[in-house]
Amino acid sequence: MTAKFLFLLTAALVAVPAAAQAQGAPVGDDQPVETIAIEGDDDEPLRGTVTDESAWSDIGIAIPAFATERERPTPANADGTGALGREIARVITANLRNNGLFKPVGPDSLPQPAFAQVRAPTYGTWSGKGAEMLVQGYVTARDDGRLAVGCYLYDVQLQQQLVKEGWVVAPADWRRAAHKCSDLIFSRLTGESPFFDSRIAYIAETGPKGARVKRLAIMDSDGANHRFLTPGSATALTPRYSPDYSKILYLSYVDGNPRIYVYDIGTGRQTLVTENRNPTLAPRWSPDGKYILYSMAIGGNTDIYRVPATGGQSIKLTDTPGIDVGGSYSPDGTKIVFESDRSGSQQCYVMDADGSNQKRISFSGGRCATPEWSPRGDQIAFTRIAGDFNVAVMNTSGGGVRVLTRGWQDEAPTWAPNGRIIQFFRTEKNTGRSSIWQVDLTGQNERRLPTPVDASDPAWGPIRP
Amino acid sequence: MNTKLATILLLASASGLAACAKKAPADTPPPPVDDTRPVTTPTPAVTPSGPAIGTQAHFAQAVGSSTTIYFDTDKYNIDTQDAAALQAQAQYFARFPQITFTIEGHADERGTREYNIALGERRAAAAKAYLVSLGVDGNRIAVVSHGKERPVALGSNEAAWAQNRRAASVIINR
Repeated sequence: MTAKFLFLLTAALVAVPAAAQAQGAPVGDDQPVETIAIEGDDDEPLRGTVTDESAWSDIGIAIPAFATERERPTPANADGTGALGREIARVITANLRNNGLFKPVGPDSLPQPAFAQVRAPTYGTWSGKGAEMLVQGYVTARDDGRLAVGCYLYDVQLQQQLVKEGWVVAPADWRRAAHKCSDLIFSRLTGESPFFDSRIAYIAETGPKGARVKRLAIMDSDGANHRFLTPGSATALTPRYSPDYSKILYLSYVDGNPRIYVYDIGTGRQTLVTENRNPTLAPRWSPDGKYILYSMAIGGNTDIYRVPATGGQSIKLTDTPGIDVGGSYSPDGTKIVFESDRSGSQQCYVMDADGSNQKRISFSGGRCATPEWSPRGDQIAFTRIAGDFNVAVMNTSGGGVRVLTRGWQDEAPTWAPNGRIIQFFRTEKNTGRSSIWQVDLTGQNERRLPTPVDASDPAWGPIRP
Repeated sequence: MNTKLATILLLASASGLAACAKKAPADTPPPPVDDTRPVTTPTPAVTPSGPAIGTQAHFAQAVGSSTTIYFDTDKYNIDTQDAAALQAQAQYFARFPQITFTIEGHADERGTREYNIALGERRAAAAKAYLVSLGVDGNRIAVVSHGKERPVALGSNEAAWAQNRRAASVIINR
């Protein structure tokens, strides 16, 4: 499957400042964003606008501030809907710039369109500035307090609207509307699936190397809306968002032993996944959220088990002498890729979801660990250990291995919802300090994700509804 | 022995103590001070006082550095040095049969996080199995793994990693 485009330019690294909300900024209910019909032309049919693969990095895309018909106060911004429209455009600009595909110019460098121009752009102004694409939009504070956001993408040279969409969100969710707009533009221009409107669970780290404090934390895909979920008195590790974003599976040493808990984000209540004196680790969700995989170590032997997410009997999926750990489902739920040292060193294996037909797939030298199946089903990301630790991808039969990073210790890849970008954490030699990084599937555009303190164990959730 | 257990103290985790524990310290009390000043209160008799039975300090004092055994990269076998250390542990636990303890397994940072938790358990389990083979009742021994999360040596070099690949026996009283 050839990539539809080539990323030539590594975009300048732009740190997106996380919203200064250290503890419990209201995230808003995790409801589907309501889509609304908005006025405008019918969308132009997809015509594969870009024929020259090298052209992507040169496409100037102008993103002026979103207009507001009537200046009104809103909880989403202390200075009202006008200021909010500028913030929305900034979020979109940062999203598109950080992902290395385009050269967006944001609202701080552009004239602000009037509300009437949003649906009737003055193309002359924009082509004069060298913009090939133009994003315009509006934000309205409704009487019920919610925000209506309209998003339009125009081809400046063809003087045509390419796509439009509108959403209604609670004020606390204004960033989601900006991410939905970013996804709309991104998908329309690249043909790829969306990923901006998503969240990441990870472990926030502080303290000296010999006494690290590790807390469960969550944030938006751009680092905003950050929240700590555990206090840090007990070590938290390896979190995973449930497919519906309502819960997080993670490992905690709260009673002195490694135990797996389900953390209900809405209630804050935590439930033990399995009552067992043996160490349990490496929790995973099935794609439909109905099952939980976990690994359990008994007398030196570790195997992978499956238990219904609502509780009940565990069934054993692997049963070899050795350490079988982890497990990542294919998106259709029929297969699981996992790591095992049954051959003498860590390698990657695929089995059917019921544990049958276990076959090794990693044969390309070095060791294979922490395998993760892409949400697109076509690739498996893994930690490749060959001296250093690096993030690599391979096809689902183990061929076509490509090493994407070059750090000293890069580990634990996690996929963006669209299967095009991989996050991982990088450990610094000697200090042992960790940080979260992203790289795209072609190995380009490696960049650090901003977090309030050090970070590890990122787990990228799916696209939010 | 039971009354001495009543003075059990909770001490710091094994990793700190294991790193510090070397040979058993000299046990003799300090010599009396040659003091020419008139003494108005009688000097109390100096009695040897040490950690109470059932504490990590008592254990460390008795077996020294043998509270902890070490492993090669990716390995979990009991070599001759480990065997000698575990012999010392077994003798101690035979002398004090009421004591229960935990073996904490660890790995160095040069491994992936989840595999290292399993590897730590494997090392602790190997130490437990060996102690059981020496006659220690398995019901007295709990096993926990800290993976790579609790290093005692903080560098990123072979010497530090060798100190972190360990199974430490810890007396934890709750």
